[in-house]
Amino acid sequence: MPVYSEKVMQHFMNPHNVGEIPDADGVGEIGNPVCGDMMTFYIKVKDNKLEDVKYKTFGCGAAIAVSSMVSDMVKGKTLEEALTVTPSMVAKELEGLPKNKFHCSNLGAQDLRKAIMNYAIKNKIDIPGLTDKEEPEEEEEHACET
Amino acid sequence: MDHAGAMPLLPEVREAMLPYLNEIFGNPQSLHAWGDGAREAVEEAREKVASLIGGSAEEIIFTASGTEANNLAIKGLARARADKGKHIVISAIEHFSVMNSARTLQKEGFEVTLVPVDGYGVIDPDEVSRNIRNDTVLVSIMHANGEVGTIEPIVEIAKRLPKDGPIFHTDAVASTGNIPVDVKTMGVQALSLAGNQFYGPKGSAALWLKRGVRMLPLMDGGIQEGGRRPGTEDVPAIAGLGKAAELAQKNLPERMQRLTQLRDLLINGVLSGVEHSMLTGHPVQRLPAYASFCLNFIEGEAILMLLNSHGIAAASGSACTSRALKASHVLLAMRISHEVAQGSMLFSLGLDNNEDDVNYVLEKLPQVVDRLRQMSPLYSKYMKEQRG
Ligand code: FES
Repeated sequence: MPVYSEKVMQHFMNPHNVGEIPDADGVGEIGNPVCGDMMTFYIKVKDNKLEDVKYKTFGCGAAIAVSSMVSDMVKGKTLEEALTVTPSMVAKELEGLPKNKFHCSNLGAQDLRKAIMNYAIKNKIDIPGLTDKEEPEEEEEHACET
Repeated sequence: MDHAGAMPLLPEVREAMLPYLNEIFGNPQSLHAWGDGAREAVEEAREKVASLIGGSAEEIIFTASGTEANNLAIKGLARARADKGKHIVISAIEHFSVMNSARTLQKEGFEVTLVPVDGYGVIDPDEVSRNIRNDTVLVSIMHANGEVGTIEPIVEIAKRLPKDGPIFHTDAVASTGNIPVDVKTMGVQALSLAGNQFYGPKGSAALWLKRGVRMLPLMDGGIQEGGRRPGTEDVPAIAGLGKAAELAQKNLPERMQRLTQLRDLLINGVLSGVEHSMLTGHPVQRLPAYASFCLNFIEGEAILMLLNSHGIAAASGSACTSRALKASHVLLAMRISHEVAQGSMLFSLGLDNNEDDVNYVLEKLPQVVDRLRQMSPLYSKYMKEQRG
């Protein structure tokens, strides 16, 4: 049985929106506490909307598919809408992830949040949903401790 | 090119097994004609396995896996000497079956010393002897490592062990059938081997235990394997193991030469064709079929998935690849950083590979690496730093 769903494989084989935005309005960089991998999200904001979203990912197949899916899910959305995206929504859109790879979906949603946070701080603005939802909704899977 | 993971059966091996899956289904312990045929097969295989490693037939104990052979050796030998002392010495890069057996012994009050390795994964024989104490009852050092292919100086280690001191066991699962293994010259008293590492069936393995060395069984049962490993013999697997041993012994020099050639073609091709790559393990003292690397800035599972999409099978010791999300303890023991270990790769070649296969990998791998680096934040950071 293949480890990953077809959707994960599609995004992994052809990830959308890969790259950097040199003059990004917000950048979020995050390291995966579980396996030591890395993700960087870049956002371009116009009229409170995510006009462009790009990322770079150092990580497993799931991490790459997650970043691609997150970018698809939030591009063109308002900042508030983007902040409602949770790791479990990302995993669901990807038609599921193996249990020991849930932490990779946390990585994607958290990193996008970080990029938006970076934008908010730079521009000294308050975005509803940013401060009160800082913690990821799911507990990190500390699979490495088993 | 993941032959360390699984090898195809040689046709001759399959042929040797078939009669025992069909008409000769008897139990080797039965005293009738059906039993006779099965018993003959088991004893013939015992001779062949013994001959492959330079031991004698009655010193061979068949087991169902290399893991079982290692468990039996570590626990069975240590427990049989618990009254003499409760200290054992193993290396930091042993297989999990040895590592975790030692951990179990720890819970029983044994002390375990892990001997470190150098950057090539080589164990220093002096470091082993320095750690021997009066109460050391067992030393277990692998013959060759199954992740980076480094061959350990077993003879040198044996020479430095005190006479009448600890029992010396070696896990030769990765090496037996692939390089010369001779218990007479190695200076060990116990050695594990597995048929599935030299074109025998899965579920076929053995522990060689020098005559007269005491060991407690892990299971209680009947008289099979001299009571040291009770349970009805897996006759087809044992017959297959025997055949695989016979073929390995006969064809070893030729196999080694062929695989070494392919391996070096692959190693040189990767090191020159992929920037920021390094060989892991010893450059010369390594198994003929093992080409292992770390490719910087990218992660192993992603590499494997893209290679797989090109029809290439390989393995990786990255944290993301492992179920437990832990980087390989072997690479970490070699003081390779977590970040670099993420890009670890193992190609283990087999007799069914040829030069075209290697060239195909050398064509595809740089593309795969480049693609992943293009999306790696570590790589773009590195490139920016390079530009100043
Ligand atoms: S990024 Fe390491 S397991 Fe997904």
